[in-house]
Amino acid sequence: MSSDIHQPMRGGQRPRALRRTLFLAVTAATLMLGLSFAAVPAYRLFCRATGFAGTPLVAAQNTTKRLGQMMVVRFDANVAPGLAFDFAPETPFVHLHLGETKTVEFHVANESDQPATAVASFNIQPDLAAQYFNKLSCFCFDETVLKPHESKDLPVVFFVDPALAKDKDIRSLSSITLSYTFFPSKAGKSQASTTAKTRLN
Amino acid sequence: MAYGAAFNPHAEHPASDSHAAHPTGLRRWLFSTNHKDIGTLYLGLAIVGMFIGGTFSILMRINLQSPGHHLFSDGQMYNVIVTGHGLIMIFFVIMPALIGGLGNWFVPLMIGAPDMAFPRMNNLSFWFTAGGMCLLLLSTQMEGAPGANGVGAGWTLYAPFSTLGHPGPAVDFGILALHTAGAGSILGAINFITTILNMRAPGMTLHRMPLFVWSELVTAFLLLLALPVLAGAITMLLTDRNFGTTFYDPAGGGDPILYQHLFWFFGHPEVYIMILPAFGIVSQVISTFSRKPIFGYLGMAYAMVSIGVIGFVVWAHHMFTAGLSLDTQRYFTAATMVIAVPTGVKIFSWIATMWGGSIRLTAPMLWAIGFLLLFTIGGVTGVVLANAGVDHVLHNTYYVVAHFHYVLSLGAVFGILCGWYYWFPKMTGYVIPDWMGKTHFWIAFIGSNVTFFPMHFLGLAGMPRHYFDYPDAYADWHFIASIGSYIFAAGMIFFVFVNLYAYFIRKEPAGNNPWGSGATTLEWTLSSPPPFHQYEVLPRITGGDH
Repeated sequence: MSSDIHQPMRGGQRPRALRRTLFLAVTAATLMLGLSFAAVPAYRLFCRATGFAGTPLVAAQNTTKRLGQMMVVRFDANVAPGLAFDFAPETPFVHLHLGETKTVEFHVANESDQPATAVASFNIQPDLAAQYFNKLSCFCFDETVLKPHESKDLPVVFFVDPALAKDKDIRSLSSITLSYTFFPSKAGKSQASTTAKTRLN
Repeated sequence: MAYGAAFNPHAEHPASDSHAAHPTGLRRWLFSTNHKDIGTLYLGLAIVGMFIGGTFSILMRINLQSPGHHLFSDGQMYNVIVTGHGLIMIFFVIMPALIGGLGNWFVPLMIGAPDMAFPRMNNLSFWFTAGGMCLLLLSTQMEGAPGANGVGAGWTLYAPFSTLGHPGPAVDFGILALHTAGAGSILGAINFITTILNMRAPGMTLHRMPLFVWSELVTAFLLLLALPVLAGAITMLLTDRNFGTTFYDPAGGGDPILYQHLFWFFGHPEVYIMILPAFGIVSQVISTFSRKPIFGYLGMAYAMVSIGVIGFVVWAHHMFTAGLSLDTQRYFTAATMVIAVPTGVKIFSWIATMWGGSIRLTAPMLWAIGFLLLFTIGGVTGVVLANAGVDHVLHNTYYVVAHFHYVLSLGAVFGILCGWYYWFPKMTGYVIPDWMGKTHFWIAFIGSNVTFFPMHFLGLAGMPRHYFDYPDAYADWHFIASIGSYIFAAGMIFFVFVNLYAYFIRKEPAGNNPWGSGATTLEWTLSSPPPFHQYEVLPRITGGDH
């Protein structure tokens, strides 16, 4: 670095080298800021495509082959604070074969004197099983609107992909828990509306 | 970004007095554009922060001294103290001391530059940081969780506890504190990068720069790339809290795990931001007091570069229990362990520098050797925790607390104190009597080990983090840890006394170079304290100067 770098320090134009470094540094910082926001849709896309972080997949139809291996699917129903709902599955668990399509109904009742719009978010435990848990239809795809003291039976149709039996991490798994939580509807958007319809091979 | 203003502050006033005159009083400190004055301001901020954050930690240790939470009536109050301790120590003690303070002081001196590249932006960086600290302190007076004041969500501010769990405005103050301090750090990083890349004296090539300058350069790049991600993550937290967005809220399709990914993408480089400058200081000190050039200079420089690069691809080892697939856990375990390689290169090069050197066990050298030992212990427990399988057992236990205090409290803080005792004569012109620095070292060494070593045992026995009470089974080690923290605190009070004594009473002049022939870097060629404007004639560097 020659002394012309320092000459302009005492008044006058700063040399181009300084300006270039400054520009690159500001660009890098701005880019990282942008990337942090870009992470939101990217992460959502990633979860949806891979079933990461317990995001169950949505399938159009069950084209898998039914296996002999059995699986217990347990159900968990929760209501977030702010909703006076009574919410429970018709059965605490079902036995099914891998690849078998099942329908289970959830009973939900609005116990308040106010009409309520709610949306159910869903999750699979263990997380690793989410990529094999497919829903053909679910009340969680849409908002649930209940009049005062109205009750409904809401169906969910699902199957567990037999490919689970080949996953070296969880092939010995014997039970999966499907968990729902009803939240007061926020801006009218359900979780499913942000979860694309992924098809199954 | 104030591009134009920061870029050419002297265009309107070619004869600006900031470089010609020597302002005094309030003008000198409030409007300072001098890198040494700004460095002093940062160091002052760090000392204030150290006493607030240190007091918080003593409160925690008093409360945990025996079972039955004596000090805090409820857990949320304890949460607030823990959060305050973490945020203050990281953002308003270690970072200002290592980067803004010692970095501002010695990077221009060591590379032979008259000042930083953007002196006014430097001023802005400091006041952003100071403003951030004020916002954080204000947050303790706001309602956070229902019925309690302050932010109690931990320094990580995980959603949903920081969103649904804290409806009051305290978390908003905390987030804005991180925004302003972060903006200050990003501006500072831009300043360091521009200065180091463009303003080195003739002959000072990149491969001749002192290792402290290398460490600040790598740190600045980490800040530049990591902090904007934190800014983005906490901005989304802010909008989730106040504007009805649902980035991290499952009620609207968001995912709290996304926040953890974003946070740790920043958070892991952040821990290297806190330790790399300490590496740089220790390199200078060990070389000086072994009267030898550092062993494997290029390996040392590029070890820091590779630690910085790998630091960006290991973040999920903080999230092993968050439901990652086993393959993901395998990758992050392996990648994390790879960091032990460049770190090992550094440890062994420091030992090799001392090997066969003419070692003088001065106070700064004791701090450097203490750093070496304690950082290595912290590094070894880090390799233990890097194993996903082991981490499932030790996650969120006191073992983790012990690990990161060995690398940060005993690593970074020992590095800061090492640099303080090494450069105090240069910054003030006065000598600290060596026995005083050594006494402080032994108090701190004993105190910190008595505090943190028992935490390994507590963690292995299952004591969880963030709890303000515990069963009787853990009482003995908690009691010992509390005693250790009081010893360390006594050392810090002694430290204040040492400085006041050396600066105001003893006033023994240091001369240009109090450390003798081992101190070869450029700052020792200047008077102590250095002139307000140094290097009117640029130094010319020939041959291996590092």
